[in-house]
Amino acid sequence: MLLIRCPYCEEERPELEFRNAGEAHIARSPNIAGESDDDFEKFFFIRSNPKGIIYERWRHMHGCARFFNAVRDTVSDRFLMTYKAGEPKPAKLPGAAK
Amino acid sequence: MSATFRIAGAGRLKQAKIAGFSFDGRPYTGIEGDTLASALLANGVHLVGRSFKYHRPRGFLSAGAEEPNALVEIKRDAARKTPNVRATVQELYDGLTAQSQNRWPSLAFDIGAVSSIASPMLSAGFYYKTFMWPKAAWKNLYEPKIRAAAGLGVAPDQPDPDHYSARFAHCEVLVLGGGAAGIAAALAAAETGVRVILADEQAEFGGSLRFESGAKIEGQDGFSWAQSALAKLSAMDNVRVLPRTTAFGYYAQNFVGLVERVSDHLQSPGRDLPRERQWQVRAKRVVLATGAIERHMVFADNDRPGVMLASAARTYLNHYGVAVGRNIGVYTANDSAYAAAIDLKKAGINVAAIVDLRDNPTGPAIDEARALGIEVNFGRAVIRAGGKLRVSSMTVQPKNGGGERTIPVDAILMSAGWTPSVHLFSQSRGKVAFNDETKRFVPGIYAQDCVSVGACNGTDGLSATIDEAYAAGAKDAGSKPAKGTKPKVDASESWSRGMLGAAPGAGADATVKAFVDFQNDVTAKDIRQAVHEGMRSIEHVKRFTTNGMATDQGKTSNMHGLAIAAETLGKPIPQVGLTTFRAPYTPVTFGSIVGLARGPLFDPTRKTAIHPWAERQGAMFEDVGQWKRAWYFPKPGEDIHAAVDRECVTVRKTAGLFDASTLGKIEVVGPDAAKFMELLYTNPWEKLEPGRCRYGIMLREDGFIYDDGVVGRLAADRFHVTTTTGGAPRVMNHMEDYLQTEFPHLNVWLTSITEQWAVIAVQGPKSRDIIAPLVEGIDMSDEALPHMSVREGRICGVPTRLFRMSFSGERGFEVNVPADYGEAVWEALWAEGQKHGACAYGTESMHVLRAEKGYIIVGQDTDGTVTPNDAGLDWAVGKKKADFVGIRGMARPDLVAKGRKQLVGLKTRDPKVVLEEGAQIVADPKQAIPMKMIGHVTSSYWSQNCGRSIALGLVAGGRDRMGETLYVPMPNGVIEVEVTGMVFFDEKGERLNG
Ligand SMILES: [Zn+2]
Repeated sequence: MLLIRCPYCEEERPELEFRNAGEAHIARSPNIAGESDDDFEKFFFIRSNPKGIIYERWRHMHGCARFFNAVRDTVSDRFLMTYKAGEPKPAKLPGAAK
Repeated sequence: MSATFRIAGAGRLKQAKIAGFSFDGRPYTGIEGDTLASALLANGVHLVGRSFKYHRPRGFLSAGAEEPNALVEIKRDAARKTPNVRATVQELYDGLTAQSQNRWPSLAFDIGAVSSIASPMLSAGFYYKTFMWPKAAWKNLYEPKIRAAAGLGVAPDQPDPDHYSARFAHCEVLVLGGGAAGIAAALAAAETGVRVILADEQAEFGGSLRFESGAKIEGQDGFSWAQSALAKLSAMDNVRVLPRTTAFGYYAQNFVGLVERVSDHLQSPGRDLPRERQWQVRAKRVVLATGAIERHMVFADNDRPGVMLASAARTYLNHYGVAVGRNIGVYTANDSAYAAAIDLKKAGINVAAIVDLRDNPTGPAIDEARALGIEVNFGRAVIRAGGKLRVSSMTVQPKNGGGERTIPVDAILMSAGWTPSVHLFSQSRGKVAFNDETKRFVPGIYAQDCVSVGACNGTDGLSATIDEAYAAGAKDAGSKPAKGTKPKVDASESWSRGMLGAAPGAGADATVKAFVDFQNDVTAKDIRQAVHEGMRSIEHVKRFTTNGMATDQGKTSNMHGLAIAAETLGKPIPQVGLTTFRAPYTPVTFGSIVGLARGPLFDPTRKTAIHPWAERQGAMFEDVGQWKRAWYFPKPGEDIHAAVDRECVTVRKTAGLFDASTLGKIEVVGPDAAKFMELLYTNPWEKLEPGRCRYGIMLREDGFIYDDGVVGRLAADRFHVTTTTGGAPRVMNHMEDYLQTEFPHLNVWLTSITEQWAVIAVQGPKSRDIIAPLVEGIDMSDEALPHMSVREGRICGVPTRLFRMSFSGERGFEVNVPADYGEAVWEALWAEGQKHGACAYGTESMHVLRAEKGYIIVGQDTDGTVTPNDAGLDWAVGKKKADFVGIRGMARPDLVAKGRKQLVGLKTRDPKVVLEEGAQIVADPKQAIPMKMIGHVTSSYWSQNCGRSIALGLVAGGRDRMGETLYVPMPNGVIEVEVTGMVFFDEKGERLNG
C-alpha cells in the first residue's frame, strides 16, 4: 500500500484513503460544443499512458475529499510530488535527475 | 511408548511437563516446548510423509520454516482441520492430533508409490507433455487422477469456526528476525527511544543461537543471552515483541505484512482469542535480520527418512535434547556439519564417519572432530543412501571415482553451505548481487529504506554480525544516542563456504534420484533435462521442472537448481539469473487475509429508518447495492406474483405506501447553484421557479446517460437533487469533480443528504386524502400544489419537504422527513392509509408500475451506451443551452447516426408469455446461427393492471419499427413480439391528477 501526500491535508496518508481520477492537465474547452471531432477525440479519448513519469489526478476520497494532482513514476510506483488542482505542471521534479 | 531418543542432560526443555499426542492414531508422549517434529524424533519416528509426485517415503529435512517434507494435518475437531502444517514449526500441546498426508492406505505401504516405478513418465515437463493428448482425456482422466494422486493435504470441508483479527501498526524501526542480529539491532534502536517492533517466526527468540553451542555473549551462552536481552526489550514501553510472527510480504514504502499465530500452540484456546492476527506495519526503517538457510547435499536417494540438514540435527540435540539417531554419518562440503558431529559425539552418539567432499580443509572444527576420535574422510562423496522407510547406510566413493565402501548408519547429516535469506529484501524490490568468491547472492542495490544485517547480508561470524546489527539499529533511529552498550561476543563459531549444485553422487544416468527440490520431487537429472530440451532462462527451467514452485518456494532448492542449470549451460551463475522471490515467505492462511471481513462484516449493510416496520410486516427484502430494500409484502398464502399483482392493483385503485428512502439525495446550494445545475444536467434550470420540480438527466462527457432523478428547487439558491439508489456516490463524485476542477469559479456547495431524509412515497388516487390530515402549513390543492412541485412545511409536527411527484403514473407524493422521524411518520401515514384500504408495496411493484407507464430505470433500461435520444428523452435536453457535460459527446457522428438502438415497448403475441430480461431480439428467426441480434429486452413483467405481459427493449431503429413483428429466440422456442410505444397504461397521463 502506497503512501500519498495530500497537498490540502499536508500529510502522507495510506493509499486506501485515495482514489485515482485519471490523467491530469487535460483542460475542458470553454467552447466544448464547438469543438471539432478531432479536438474532442484528443480531449476525451487520447491518454499518454507513459512508462515512467505520469501526471495524474487523485482524490482524497476518505479525507478532505479534494481532487489534486500527482506526479508518479509508473515503473517504480513512486510518487515524486503532489500539488493542488489548478496549479501548473511543475517545471522541476524532485529526484528526477536520479 | 517412552521417548527413547531423548538424551538426558541435553537440550533446554524442562522434563516436568509431559504432553501426550497422537500421530496417525498412535499415542506418543513429548515435552512441553517440543515441536511435533522434535517429539516424534524423540520417539524414533522419522517417516512422516509421502512425496508429492513419486510418493516416496519422507522424513524431516529441517528444524524450521524451510521444511519441505514433514507436512501433516492437525485436527482439533470436525471443523478445525488444518492441512500442510510443517511439523517442524507446530508446537506440541497436550492432546495434539496429527495425521500424515498424501498416502493410501498407510504411510508405510502406499499404493501411490507405484508412480515411482512409472517415474520415467513423470520426469521434468510431464505436465506439458505426457498428458496433453488426446485432449478429452486431460479433462476426464488425467487431470482428476493426477489431482487425486499427487497433491498435498485435503482442504477442510466445513466453514472455519475460528476468528482472525487484524491490526495496523506504525514504528520507526521494524526488525524482522529475532536471532543474534535482530536482537542486537532492536536493542540499539530501542535505546534511542524510538518505537521498535521485533518479530520472529519462532516461539522463542534466538535464531541459530538455539543450536550454536559455541556462542558466548556477555558471559552467557548465546541462547541465554538472547532470552535476557528479550526480557529487557519486552519491558520497554517503546518496544513491541512479536514471537510466532512471520513477515510474509514486503510492499511499497516499507509496508510489511506479518501474521502472528496467536493460538495454534495452545491446548484449548479461549473463544476470545483469535487464531491468528495479521499486522500491517508501516515502518520508517526496516532491519532485515532473516539469517541464512542451510542447503542439503544433492546425491542419490538423499530423501530417505533420517537424512537431514546438519543444523537441524544440532537443533534437535542442543535445544530439544533429542538425538536423531544412534549411529550417524555426516556428508558435507562445509565446516558447520563438523559442529553437529562434535555435539552429537559429546552427547554419547556414535558418529560412524564424516565424509567431506573438500580435498584438504583445515580448521579448528576438523581438528576437534579428529581429537574426539571421529573418522574424517576428505575428497570423498556419498554416492547413495541405503534403506527405504529409513536410511540404513551410506555408500562412499572417492569423488573422482574408485572403490565403493558402504557404511551402516541410521541418520545422515548433510551441509552444502548456507544460503542468505534474501526473500524479503528481494520482495522490497532490492536487487541482489552475486558474490563470486563466496558463491552466494547477497543484497546489492536497495530500493527502500531498509538494511540487511548478519547472515542474510552474507556477514560471517557472530562478532561481525553483532557489530553490523548494532550499528544498523542505532543509525538515524532516534534523537537520543544509544544509552546502552553493544553486546560483547566472548566466543563464536565460524563457517566457511560450501558448494552449490550436484555432488558427484547425483549421477548422470536416468535412474538416479538425487533430489534438488524435495517438495516438488525435482531431481538433478530433471534440471539437466530441462536445459537439454532448450530451456535457457532460469525462469523457464523453474516452470518446466517446477523446481522451487512448491509451498516452500525453494528455500533449500533454488541455489542448487540454479547451479546445476548454469553448469549444464556452461555459463556463470549470474548470467543464468535468480528467480524472483514473491510473497508470501511461508504459506499464509486465507483466514488471516480475510480477517474480520466475513459474514455480516464482509460488506456494510444499509437499512432505512422504515426497515423495522417492514420487517414486522413480514416483507421480503432484496439487496440493492448495500441497501436492504422491501421487495414485496406477502399476505398469508401469497407468493411473489400474487403479492405484486395485489399491490399493483391496490395502488391504482386506492393508494400505496412505498419506502423510497434509499434514493440518493444531494443538496446543491449557493449563488451559482442554478448555473452549476445547467452545466451538470441536460435540462434548463435557470427559469425553474422555486417550489417547482423537474426530471433531470445527467450525462457523462461522452454523451451517454449517467443518472437521472427528480430535482426540486427549494429556493433560488437551493436545489434538492435526487439520484438513483445505486448511483448516489458516483453522482456525488462526478459533481465534486466538475465543481473542484472544471468549474471552480462557481460558488456552490454540495452536500450528500441521502441519510438525513427518510422518504415515504404515497401514490394512488387516495394519496392526498391520506396525507392531508397530517400536514400543517401546506396548501394541498391542485392549484397550490400541482404535479411536479415541492413545499416545505410540517407533517405530524416534524419538518417535511413534500414533493408532489409520481413514479407510478398516479397522483403521488413523496414525503421527506428527517430520518429519525421516518418510522413514526410512516406509522401515522399507514394508519391513515388503512382507512382508505391502501397497501404497502415494495420494489417489485414499484418496477411494474413504472414500466406500465414507460418510465425508465437508469442502469436497467440503459447500460452506459444509451443517449437521451436513444431513450426517447430528447424533450429533457435543453436545446438552447451553450454548454453542459455531454453536449459535445452527444453530437459525435456515431451517436447521431441512423439505426441506433432505441428504447421501445414490446408486447408478446401471446399476452400470457412474459419475456426474459436480457433475451436477445432478431428480425428473422429462420436465419442461420449465429443470428444477427438487433436488440435485447431490458425490462419485462406481468402487469395485472393491463391484464397482460409488458416489456421494454432496446431495438436497432426501434422507433421506425412501430407495429413490426420481431422475434425472441429462446431454448423452448421462438417468441413473437410486437414493437409498440413505451406507455402501456393511461397513455394520456390523466391519472396524475386523478
Ligand atoms: Zn486531504
